Amino acid sequence: MTARKKEGVPGTFEEAMRRLEKIVEELENGDVPLEQAMELYEEGITVSKICAEKLTKAELTLKRLGKDINGKFTVMDEEE
Amino acid sequence: MDARQALSVTEITRRIKLALESGFPSCLVQGELSNVHLHTSGHLYFSLKDSGAQLPGVMWRSRVGTLSIQPKDGMKVVVSGRITVYEIRGNYQLDAQSIRPVGVGELQAAFEELKAKLAAEGLFDSDRKRPLPEMPGRIGIITSPTGAVLQDMKNILSRRFPAVELILIPSSVQGQGAAEQLARAIEDANDYGTLDLLVLARGGGSLEDLWAFNEEIVARAIAGSTIPVVSAVGHETDVTIADFVADFRAPTPSAAAELIVPDRRELLETVANSWYRVSQSVLDIVSKQRERIQHLLSSYAFNRPIDLFRQQSQRLDETQRMLHRDIAGFLGLWGERSRSLGLRLLALNPRLALKRGFAIVRKDDAVVSSRRALQSRDAVEVEFHDGKIRSTID
Repeated sequence: MTARKKEGVPGTFEEAMRRLEKIVEELENGDVPLEQAMELYEEGITVSKICAEKLTKAELTLKRLGKDINGKFTVMDEEE
Repeated sequence: MDARQALSVTEITRRIKLALESGFPSCLVQGELSNVHLHTSGHLYFSLKDSGAQLPGVMWRSRVGTLSIQPKDGMKVVVSGRITVYEIRGNYQLDAQSIRPVGVGELQAAFEELKAKLAAEGLFDSDRKRPLPEMPGRIGIITSPTGAVLQDMKNILSRRFPAVELILIPSSVQGQGAAEQLARAIEDANDYGTLDLLVLARGGGSLEDLWAFNEEIVARAIAGSTIPVVSAVGHETDVTIADFVADFRAPTPSAAAELIVPDRRELLETVANSWYRVSQSVLDIVSKQRERIQHLLSSYAFNRPIDLFRQQSQRLDETQRMLHRDIAGFLGLWGERSRSLGLRLLALNPRLALKRGFAIVRKDDAVVSSRRALQSRDAVEVEFHDGKIRSTID
């Protein structure tokens, strides 16, 4: 999947959703030239796929916060 | 031989009854319940015992209904009542007026005292409550690592919104030292940072079981948290000090799991809807472009090589085909997973929206999407699913 680097690939689901909202807004409200529209379109498709995949494929991860002997935090996968 | 007159069994029993019943007309007895048995008659039979003795007891049906607790074997209780003698069997028993768990009175008083104190300090004020993040990505959960609560919440979160990282900050939630551990866990979570939300969770239990959540040290830790805190302690009817201080009180841990994350099905619809709108806007832009070219092509003044515009036109055709193919592909992505979503996407099609009673307003062939675009006496065209009418704005 190649996302437009201009905006960067949204890391979290929330960022992706925000970006998608923004794209819709720009396309619907602005008088966007065709070239830019196509760029936004491609980005919109990429981002909606990211969102959809995160929602349909993501599996919740459970981790456990602990501290090592030096008092530094450790995050480890929690065993079922 | 003994010169004293022998008493009849009835007579001595009557005297014992008199002595006992007048000797213990009202008493409080503390002990552990055993042999608790609710008879089909509605009367409750039990034994009260400690290491040295036992005392049979009964609570008559009319009072059983007033019990605020469910008496169970092993429960430590204080029973108020009187001693009665059942002459026919020669038994004495405790006729119970009330049964309540040991210590509740004292705990209740401590609860009210701390509640009043913290309220006076403003720790429960509504303007202290922070809003919860709409889509928390990392959720810290402070609970027992072995309890069912963790598993329940994990299951609900997985179903509703799997794009979540759940970070367990283990703590005991009951008994000696639990309050200190809970407070430490809240502080650790804050020191660790990068959490969007903290949930304090514990399943249902007696007032004593939940007591750690009524301790001042926990209340202060919650108040000091920079991460928003959701309290999810006990059953719906259990209220703890932690509930008052937290930014949000969930009635139960399961309810918390439902409340802190959005529903993925709704979000999927939002995504699909956005996607549809993106495609639709681009298709609109493409067709506008096409009209422009067609207009140029047909223009009388036009004398440049026509090929250039044919190419443009062809490019637009290709773009449009690609868009349609993408739309089909996107729908295919949902196909197996969610039929209804595909149907909803179709429902988003403006033509179908018209059938549901929506109308499209146009002025000079352009869609009017804002009232600001219209002025008095503007001529507009209103499109319904079965045709158009012309109209004038008042």
